[in-house]
Parts: sequence; C-alpha cells; structure tokens
Amino acid sequence: MIESKNLNLYYGQYHALKNISLSMPAKTVTALIGPSGCGKSTFLRTLNRMNDLIPGVKIDGEVLIDGKNIYKDKMDIDLLRKKVGMVFQKANPFPKSIFENIAYGLRVNGVRDESFIKERVEKSLKQAALWGEVKDVLKKSALALSGGQQQRLCIARALAVEPQVLLMDEPASALDPISTSKIEELIHELKKDFTIAIVTHNMQQAARVSDYTAFFYLGELVELDETKTIFINPKKEQTQNYITGRFG
Amino acid sequence: MKTKKISEFIAFNIFRLLSLIIVLVLVAILSFIVVRGASVINWEFLTAMPEEGMTKGGIFPAIVGTICLVGGSMLFAFPLGVLSGIYMNEYMRATWFKRFMKLMTNNLAGVPSIVFGLFGMSLFVNTLGFGDSILAGSLTLGLLSLPVIIRTTEEALKSIDNTYREGSYALGATKLQTIRRVVLPMAYPNIITGFILSVGRVSGETAPILFTVAAYFLPKLPSGIFDQVMALPYHLYVITTSGTDVEASRGMAYGTALVLIMMVLVLNITATIVRKKLNKKLKVN
Repeated sequence: MIESKNLNLYYGQYHALKNISLSMPAKTVTALIGPSGCGKSTFLRTLNRMNDLIPGVKIDGEVLIDGKNIYKDKMDIDLLRKKVGMVFQKANPFPKSIFENIAYGLRVNGVRDESFIKERVEKSLKQAALWGEVKDVLKKSALALSGGQQQRLCIARALAVEPQVLLMDEPASALDPISTSKIEELIHELKKDFTIAIVTHNMQQAARVSDYTAFFYLGELVELDETKTIFINPKKEQTQNYITGRFG
Repeated sequence: MKTKKISEFIAFNIFRLLSLIIVLVLVAILSFIVVRGASVINWEFLTAMPEEGMTKGGIFPAIVGTICLVGGSMLFAFPLGVLSGIYMNEYMRATWFKRFMKLMTNNLAGVPSIVFGLFGMSLFVNTLGFGDSILAGSLTLGLLSLPVIIRTTEEALKSIDNTYREGSYALGATKLQTIRRVVLPMAYPNIITGFILSVGRVSGETAPILFTVAAYFLPKLPSGIFDQVMALPYHLYVITTSGTDVEASRGMAYGTALVLIMMVLVLNITATIVRKKLNKKLKVN
C-alpha cells in the first residue's frame, strides 16, 4: 500500500507537484496519465526517492509505504530502493552478461551465495517471461538482446531483489506492438505479487493494464478512480477532455 | 540546383585536400626520421652505453631512463588523475567551486612545460630535497600530465548516460558500488585514451626533466629512484646542439629520434589493443 499526503515538489522555484494526496492499494496496478510535463513521472520518482539525485529538488509532505514515511530522516534509501523497484522508459541493461545483469542487484545488496544467485536469476527471468528465450545464452551480453527483450530483462533485474512495489516509467513507449503486448501481459501476471504504478502516454494501455487511473494535469492530481470509471464516466471535465483527446 | 551540386563538389574536395595534406605532413616527418635513422639502429645501438663523447656506441641508458620516467610519472599521475576525475564528475555539485576547479585544470593543461620544469626543480629537487633524480623528474612529468588525465576521465564519465546510474541506484546500489561496478567499467576505454595521450606526451617532453632529472652523460643504469638518468628527448637535444661533436653524432641523433618515436608508437598500439579488447568485452560477452 502506497500513500502520499500533501506531497509538494519544487525544481528550484518551479512548483512541479502540488499537494498530491493519493493512495494505491497493494497488489493492484495504478496508471498515471496526463500530458507531458504534468508531473506524472516526477510523482513516480518520488516513490523511490529517485528525485534526490537531481540537484535543487525540494520535497515536502509525506509518502507512506507500508505505513512508513520514506522521507523521514532515518529512512535507508538503498533499502527503500530495494523494496521499491523501478523500470525505466529506455531499457538500460548494464553492459554485462544477461546473468550478471540480474545478479547485480543481489550482489550489491551483499548476497554472496552463488547457488542462491543462480536460483534467483532463473526465477526472475521466469517471472519476466524471458527465461525460455535466454536460458541457453545467459553468458551472452545483455546488449545483444532485442529492445523488447532488454526491457523484460530490466523487469527481471528489478524483480530479482524481491521488491514489493514496481514503478514503471513508460516501460513500453520505445517498443514495437508485439513487445508492448508482452509487457502488458506481464504486468497482468505481476500484479498478483506486486503493487505496480505505471506511467503511460498510451490511454489504451492504461485502460488495458490498470485497476486504477490517476489523471495529472499541471502538477496537480485532477482525478483518481477505478480505471473503468475514469474512462467511461469521469467526474471532472478536464479528465473527460483529455481521455477523449481534446487536448494533451 | 546546379550551383548547389557544384558547391557540394568544391566543399567536399577542399575537405579531402586538407585531410590529405595533414596525412602527407605526418608521413613526411616519419619517413624523414626513418630514412635517416634506420641505418643507425642495430642491436648495439639499442643495448650499449654511449662512447667517445656520444658520437659512437648506443643509447641504452637513455632508453632505460625514459622508460623509468614514463613509468614513474604514470604510477603517480594515473591513479591521482583518475580519482580526481571521478570526484569532479560524480561527486561535485555544479557550484562555482566546480567551475573554478575546471577552469584551473584547463589552465594547468596550458601551462608551458618549462614552467613545470622550474616548479619541479624548486619543489621536488630543492625544497623536498630529492635532488636531480628519477623521483623528482617523474613527479614533475606526472604533474604535467595530470590535467589531461583528469579531463579525459571526466569526459569519459560524462559521456555515460545517466540512465545506467539510475538503473543501478534503483536496485539499491550505493553510489560507490554504482561507480565501481557500472560507471567505471563503461568508462575504461575512454580513460585509457587519456592514458595513451599522456604517455605519448610524457615520453617526449624535454623541458620538465631538464632541471629535475636528466643527465648530460651518464653511461650507467640507475640503481634507485634517487639516481639521475639520461632520457631520450634530452639526449637528442644534447647530441644535436651541444654535444662534443655535433656533426659526428648527427646519425646518432636520427637514430635516437626514431627509437623515441617507435617507443611511443608501440605504447600507443598496445594501449589501443587494450582499449579495443575492453570495448569488445562491454559489447558482446
């Protein structure tokens, strides 16, 4: 369960997120939609404190994951990021072998037991529906994989450290339709075990994969409801205009 | 439409001509040295001490001296430069201080090498009391190559897309783990380019070693880091301008120049092979 309360974020003087309060129930998929620059990606990145890396960012308000405020001083950011995995818009496998890409998260978290790592690599690749395609070439460079395979590898890599939450920032926007549908099927499978937040520009995708949809506009959360409601019967006019393609 | 084609044709040929001239100049210099120097080079020339006022014999001590100086300076400058580059690119925030540091590094790269020589003499030879020695010369040469190593390291790191760093952080890796395991391996090939450039420059520098280590005539090998040595570029300078018999040692001079060029060439080729290997390792495992 993820909850944000009165979350504000500033890039220097620019007020990028305005008083965002929302909650995402455990083991559901929440889609974050809205026009470019509306703050949806920025919001996603507050959930694993990825914005901390950008100089000049100021954040106030709370983000609670399992009831714990991740912006409290005592929060261990590395542990947080292990718990809240992330998949990026551009597939970013490391220039290492397929095996080492998945093992990386375990190794940096201090796992030394090679047989355990081997098991976990296999399990993660199976979860990401990639095992069948790569099981014989685990030693090959991850960069030799196709774009869609690379993105599923990145998902497997995120799963290997056993997160509870998976953040996906337009994970299929650079992929062809077949790879995209594979990722979407995967999201369906993964929500049995993980809480997923996905940013997408593709409204059909939001409708297909998510249980809840949050519409962001100009740094504000306009509306959050069940996906069905948002797409069939939104309460706000702005939402209606956006999903029918009248602006954005 | 036609004038467009013509200007295209002219521009292309001007570019081609200019690149050709550059290649020609390079080939001319190299072949000049090879033609004049090749006849001098034989086993004795490479392995014997200089004799009869440096008009006969070999240049063995100068070769050994240059190898010592290149090795010593890189031993000092490479780790220091790479670590500084890492600090500047990965840790420093974009403040006025970082801009100041960058400005200073750039300026340092432009300081004439003779000034480094004077500084090295004043600091290492006199103040720290190393005397004219391999240590003082290596440190001076090292200082000279620091800015290049720092800048190339920085550029190498900067060229690595932030998505890789984020990908690593997102898995719970610390900053140090991210740098060591993801960023640095990707940057190695370009860092090595900086290393190649520095080695080339250091092995040919004369001014910085003039007051800090180079011996006019010293027909023996060094026994420690506090010894003086002969060095190829300085030896070349000596036998061409102020030797005992400049005319008689002309052939020796071309031979020395050729050896120096070959040494740099061999080092460059080795480093290029290493870089290619690393690059390949990054791409297809």
